[in-house]
Order: sequence, then C-alpha cells, then structure tokens
Amino acid sequence: MSATHPGAAFSDPNLVGTGGAAGRRPAVSHAARNLASKRIIAGYGFWIFLLSDIVMFSAFFAAYAVLSGETAGGPSGKDLFDLTNVAIETGCLLLSSFTCGIASIGARAHHALMYYGGMAVTFLFGAIFLFLEMHEFAGMIAQGAGPTRSAFLSAFFTLVGCHGLHVTLGLLWLLTMMAQVFAKGFRADILRRVLCFSLFWHALDIIWVALFTIVYLYGAGQ
Amino acid sequence: MLGKLSWAAIPLDQPIPMAASAVVGLVLFGVILLVLFKGWLPYLWREWITSVDHKRIGAMYVVLAMVMLLRGFTDAIMMRSQQALAFQAPGYLPPEHYDQIFSAHGTLMIFFVAMPFMIGLMNFIVPLQLGARDVAFPTLNSVSFWLTATGALLVNVSLVVGEFARTGWLPYPPLSELQYSPGVGVDYYLWSLQISGIGTLMTGVNFVTTVLKIHAPGMTYMRMPMFCWTTLAANLLIVAAFPILTATLAMLILDRYLGFHFFTNEAGGNVMMFMNLIWAWGHPEVYILVLPAFGIFSEVVSTFSGKPLFGYRSMVMATMVICILAFMVWLHHFFTMGAGPDVNAVFGIATMIIAVPTGVKVFNWIFTMFGGRVVFATPMLWSIGFMITFVLGGMTGVLMAVPPADFVLHNSLFLVAHFHNVIIGGVLFGAFAGYAYWFPKAFGFRLHEGLGKAAFWCWFVGFYLAFMPLYVLGFMGMTRRMQHYDVPAWHPWLLIAAGGAAVILAGIGLQIAQLVVSIRHRDELRDLTGDPWNGRSLEWSTASPPPVFNFAILPNVEGEDAYWGIKQRALQQAGPRGEPEYEEIEMPRNSATGFVCAFFATFAGFALIWHIWWMVIGALICAYATFVVFAWRDRTEYAIPADEVARIDRLNRTARGELPAEMQPAQ
Repeated sequence: MSATHPGAAFSDPNLVGTGGAAGRRPAVSHAARNLASKRIIAGYGFWIFLLSDIVMFSAFFAAYAVLSGETAGGPSGKDLFDLTNVAIETGCLLLSSFTCGIASIGARAHHALMYYGGMAVTFLFGAIFLFLEMHEFAGMIAQGAGPTRSAFLSAFFTLVGCHGLHVTLGLLWLLTMMAQVFAKGFRADILRRVLCFSLFWHALDIIWVALFTIVYLYGAGQ
Repeated sequence: MLGKLSWAAIPLDQPIPMAASAVVGLVLFGVILLVLFKGWLPYLWREWITSVDHKRIGAMYVVLAMVMLLRGFTDAIMMRSQQALAFQAPGYLPPEHYDQIFSAHGTLMIFFVAMPFMIGLMNFIVPLQLGARDVAFPTLNSVSFWLTATGALLVNVSLVVGEFARTGWLPYPPLSELQYSPGVGVDYYLWSLQISGIGTLMTGVNFVTTVLKIHAPGMTYMRMPMFCWTTLAANLLIVAAFPILTATLAMLILDRYLGFHFFTNEAGGNVMMFMNLIWAWGHPEVYILVLPAFGIFSEVVSTFSGKPLFGYRSMVMATMVICILAFMVWLHHFFTMGAGPDVNAVFGIATMIIAVPTGVKVFNWIFTMFGGRVVFATPMLWSIGFMITFVLGGMTGVLMAVPPADFVLHNSLFLVAHFHNVIIGGVLFGAFAGYAYWFPKAFGFRLHEGLGKAAFWCWFVGFYLAFMPLYVLGFMGMTRRMQHYDVPAWHPWLLIAAGGAAVILAGIGLQIAQLVVSIRHRDELRDLTGDPWNGRSLEWSTASPPPVFNFAILPNVEGEDAYWGIKQRALQQAGPRGEPEYEEIEMPRNSATGFVCAFFATFAGFALIWHIWWMVIGALICAYATFVVFAWRDRTEYAIPADEVARIDRLNRTARGELPAEMQPAQ
C-alpha cells in the first residue's frame, strides 16, 4: 500500500479514486519519460497554433455559409466566379506545397541549392497565386461587386481575403527564412523555424482545398 | 495627419472622467518619477520587463489583474451608488456616461482582471508543479503578457482620450454598428480585445504545449496535480474559442471600418450570427475562467485537509467533460431570441448536464475535507466560501437553463446576480485563494493571516449583501443596466446592494492593508523552508522564492502528490540524504521582444482607433522588425554553472534540514 502512495498510506486509508491498489506501481524507468526535444516542442506548439488558426477560418466559413445566399439583389457566386482562374490558383498553391516540401528536405540535408531553389520556386508560385487573387478581387470590385455590395460578398471577400492575407504573411516569412539561412546557416534553431514555416504553408493548402470546394465549386454550381 | 483625433476628444466638460484620469495620471507619473529617482529602472528592466522567467511573468500578470480590479471595482461602486440615488431622480451619472461605465466594468473584469489573474497563477505555478524549468516558449510568454497589458492600457486611455463603448461588455449589433455607435468607443473595445486576444491565444498555445510536453521524469498525465489538468482544459478552450472571438470582432471591425455587411440591418447582414459567434466563444470563456479556479481549490482543499484529493480520477474526468460540454451550450445566452422551443430544449438540457460534472467536483472537495484535519487558513476560508457561494450560483444557473424560466428572468437583475454569483464566488474567490496560498512561494514570506481572514469575511458578507438583493429585484422585474427608475419597491433593495458594495470596498481596503503590513513584517512572516503549508505538489519542494531554474535536479516523480511522496520516503529512510550530482543548467536569456512589440502594438491600436493610418503602417513595420531582430540573435540561452546551482540548492536543503551537518555551507 505505502509503495503505491506513500503519503496516502499515512492519512487516507481509503485511497478512493487515486492511483490504484498496491502491486500496480510501475517501475520508475517505465514511467519516466524522456524530455521532449526542442524540435518536437516547437513543432507541437506550432501545430496547436495552426489548429487555432483553422478554428478562426471555420468561423469565417460559418459566416460565409450563413450569408452565401444573401446577395441583396446583387450578383451571386455563379455570376462572378471564374473556375479557370481558380483552377490555376489551385495548381499554383499545390505545386508550391510540393516545392516547399523539397525545400524542407534540402534544409534537413543542409543542401543549400535544394533549399534556396525550393524556397524560391515556392515564393514564385505563392506570388502568382496572390497576383491572380488580387486580379480577381480587382475585377469584381470594378464591376460593382465589392465587399460592401451585399452580405454574401462581405463574407466572400473576408474568407478568401483572410486566406490571401495568410499567404502574404507566409511569403514575408519565407523571405525572412531564406535570409536567415543565408546569414546564419542551417542552425538547429533556424531549422526549427523552417519546420514551422513549412507546416504553416501546408496548412494554407488545407484551407484552400476547403475554400475551393465550399466557396468556388459550390458557388459556381448553384 | 491625426485622423479623427482632435482636442475635442478630451472630455474637458465632464468632471468625473477628468478627475479620475487626473488621479490615475498623477499616480502613474508619481510611480515613474519614483522609479527614475530611486534608480530602479535598470533593475526593473533587467529583472522584470525583459524577463522571460515564467515566475516573473506570472507575478506581473497578477499585479496587472489587481490594478485593473481596482479600476473595475471603482466602476462597480459608481453603478451601485448611481442606482441607489437614481430613484425618481437622475442620479449623478448622465446616461451616456453610465452606459460607458457598465460596459467598461464588464470588459475590464472579464478580460483584464479574471483572465490575467488566472493566467498569472498558471504561469507561476504550472511549470513548478510539472517539475519543469520554464514554459514551452518563454519569450512568447513575455509577448503574451505585454500584449495583454497593451489591451488594458488602451481601455484605460479611453477614459481620457475619446470614450469607451456604450454597448455593454459584448458589443451586440446593430447597436455597435457605425450607424448607431459612430464614436470611437466601440473601436477602443474592439482593438483592445483584438490585441490582448492575440496574447491570450499565444498563452493558450504555450500552456497546452507545456502541460502536454514538458514534465519532470515520471510525471505522467495521471500524476499531474489537479491545477495542471484544469490549466490544460482551460488552455485547450482558449485555443479552440479565442480564434472565434478574433474572427467575430474582425467581422464587426470590417463592418465599422470598411462598410461590410456581416451584422448590419441592410444588404443581407445577419445580427443573429453575431449572437451565435460571440457566445460560441463566450460560453467557453466562462469555463476558461472557472476551471483554473477549480484547480486552485483542489490544491488548497487537499493541502489544508492533509489528505490526497478525493476522487482524483473523477476530478480529471469531470474537468475534461466540462471542457467539451462548454462548447455545447452557447445558445442558452439567447433563448429569447427566437431559436424555437426544440432548439431551446436541447440547449437547456445540455446546460443542466454541465451541472453534473461540476457537482462531482463539489462532492470531491467535500469528501477531501471529510475525515481530514482541516486547517482554516485564509486560502481554505476562500475555498469553503466558494463552495457555499458557487453551489448557490450554480443552482440559479440551472434555474435559468429552463427556457420558460429564462423568458421571465432574461436580462433582469436576476441574471446579473447569477453571473456575479459564479464569477465572484468561483473565479475571484479562487484567485484570492491562490494568491494567499502561493504568495509565500512567490516572494518568500507569507501574507498576514488576520488581515487576510478579515478581508475574506468582508468580501463574503459584502458579496451576499450586494447580490442577493439583485436576485429579488430580478424577480420584481427590474432589468439590468438601468440608469434611473421610478418603482418605489426596488429602492430599499438597491440601497442594501450599495451597502454590500461598501462592505466589499472594506474587504479590498483590508487586502491592500494586508499586503502593506505583510511587506513591512516580512522578516517575521518569512518562509524559510519553501514548504510553509506542508504541501503535496512539487512547487513546495523548491525554495521560496524559487531559483530561476526552479529545480537544481529535476525531481523523479513516483506517484500522485509527488512532493508528499518524496517527503514520506525521506521519513521512512530516516535522516538526511546525500548530495546529488549537480550539473550546469541552461536557461533562456532575457528578451525585450515582448515589451517592444507591445509598445508598437499600443501605437498600432491607438492609431487604428483614431484612423491615423501612417502610424498604423509604421507601428506594424516596427513590430515585424522587432521579431526579425529577435530571430537574428545568436545566443538564446545562458548557462548557470554547476557550482552556482549547488550553492543555491545547498542553502535550500539546509533550511529544510535535508543536509547532514558536516555538509552544510558556512553561514
């Protein structure tokens, strides 16, 4: 008894709801956990952050779902969405995720060409995506279908724009990471940041897949 | 050049805010002068402002919460006195000012008192209880704190420059839309909460990672102290709920700044969407506040009963069940807004179900005391006061969870009484219990017991005097937020409530006196052993205050109530133990990142409120530059040599009588 719960044995004979009866005491070596590495902790924490970011997007998705029919007599998704444009955007993002993966492999292998090359191509695809999105937004605003036109368009510009803002920040981060590796080399703390950046970039893809389906495919099909 | 800002923003014609802000300004100015003249600035900068030590950050959070409590309580006193005076009379607060006061009161008390108090205690205690040297991301922790402070600062700036929201603590549209609230009040609210919300979210990420990933060897999940579990649950809720608040406030910002139509009356906007989104955050928020308090009570009740917590596993289960159910009841905040009987019934029942795990907890605390040798120290008084008060508040909550009853009581003072009953009786009592319990750990001396008990009784009696009349008034049909009224039957109850607020004021006065007296008599109250209460969890195994590295040797945990087990084994082995082999310890270096970032965030927030766009852009660029500078540093840690670790640890072990006489260092 006292082996299980030395303190309890002196003061609480019942041991109700605590660690369990005698004989179930695990050996210390069995219970001892090696302390997690910094890489694991950084990646884990960043995943938690990404989950919170996805929750934020889900709120914008919910708002879009509620307001998608509220066109207030203005244009609907069917009138506005150009699926060819969206397909090219999707291609850019998916390819950029691939090249981002190559850059991560390059970083882990300390292979400078692979890292810089992968990051540069990722930047390029990301920039093309952003250009296409801004072009789409500008076109819609020019034909009087800006975010102030209707609740549907407010929700559309916010949801898609929030993703675009994330891509913009991602590009800024990407350049910063290239500069960091250039200035400091493949140091362990910088590799952890590269890991977080690539997680971020892939998460943007996940969100885009949902955006592409719920906003564009549904919208154009209605 | 300065956007909407002009001299007209300063309310020179209103004596109350001007006098109040003059006092605050003078105190602030006085403190700054004192710091400069005494030459404390380098010390403050080195040891506190740039510190990434979780213990320092925790203490700063609690100080922030206490200062904001004074501000929030001033608002409360003003409201109570206004309602006591405004029977068939205008009172002394004009409606537009009164509306700002109740809005600021709620905002401050929730976001800048209850939240930082709880987060501060978590910061201080959780790494110690886990047997860790710091949180997962120490610099991020500092950023979180300073962004919270920025939010608090902006709310208080609104006292002097411009105005605060008049919309209540949650800015319900369409009232909060530009059309009906054209001033900067709602913008102050929105940007303070967005900025401090980022800080809170980062805290959530930090603590989920810390609790799940950073432990002493052997500290498995089912051996963690209850406070660590409730911290985990509360921070999971932060991670899942605060992004919804950010998104919702962002939508309102877009409506107000760029003419979007999320919640407007025209062009298809949907007001009910705001209600759903804000409460999808707002109800979990309630549990974000109260779950850590439950953890504190668990620690306190177990320590002062000299027994392990009764039903530890059921307590863990109850905590996690509350964590999940917290997301399933949000609609009970607006039963009357037309969801229909079926939906209302589902949410009403879900709400009542939450009372089950909460009831499990209450019984566990009672059974922990049962058969124990209960010591009625100040933290224990707060805990018992909590149990009585919170059960009452919980029952009125279950009553309001019945939709037909809610139709009668909605928006009445009954509701106000209910949520003060659970937030003061639950969260604030928990914060004060934790403050009294862990104060000796933080500063190395205990708080004065007599004054602490007197403060408790003032708060306890004052609470009942101030809020029981509000239940009665709710039944009598008095709605909340009334600036004046003409019903004679209400008046005596409001006078009693004002008297209750005065008794609470006496309690706060006693708490200030307690702090002053305790600091002056710190040598008599000194905690030499680091274990003043005969504690059970690992924070009591270090010195008070703990060294920067917390543990010279990471403890090896072999069961629940880790430190109690260590103490009992030491007794069984009889006699002091030999000295462990000390090793060099690496700790994170200080960083000004948090402070500098918050400095720019303050400017960015202020500029956004007043539409000073160049300042917004400049501040954001500077904030980004701050992060780049942080990312560019080459040395992130410093080493504490083994000799130094040994020297510090020997002092503590000597004080506890753990070192044999021949090994004790010369004094």
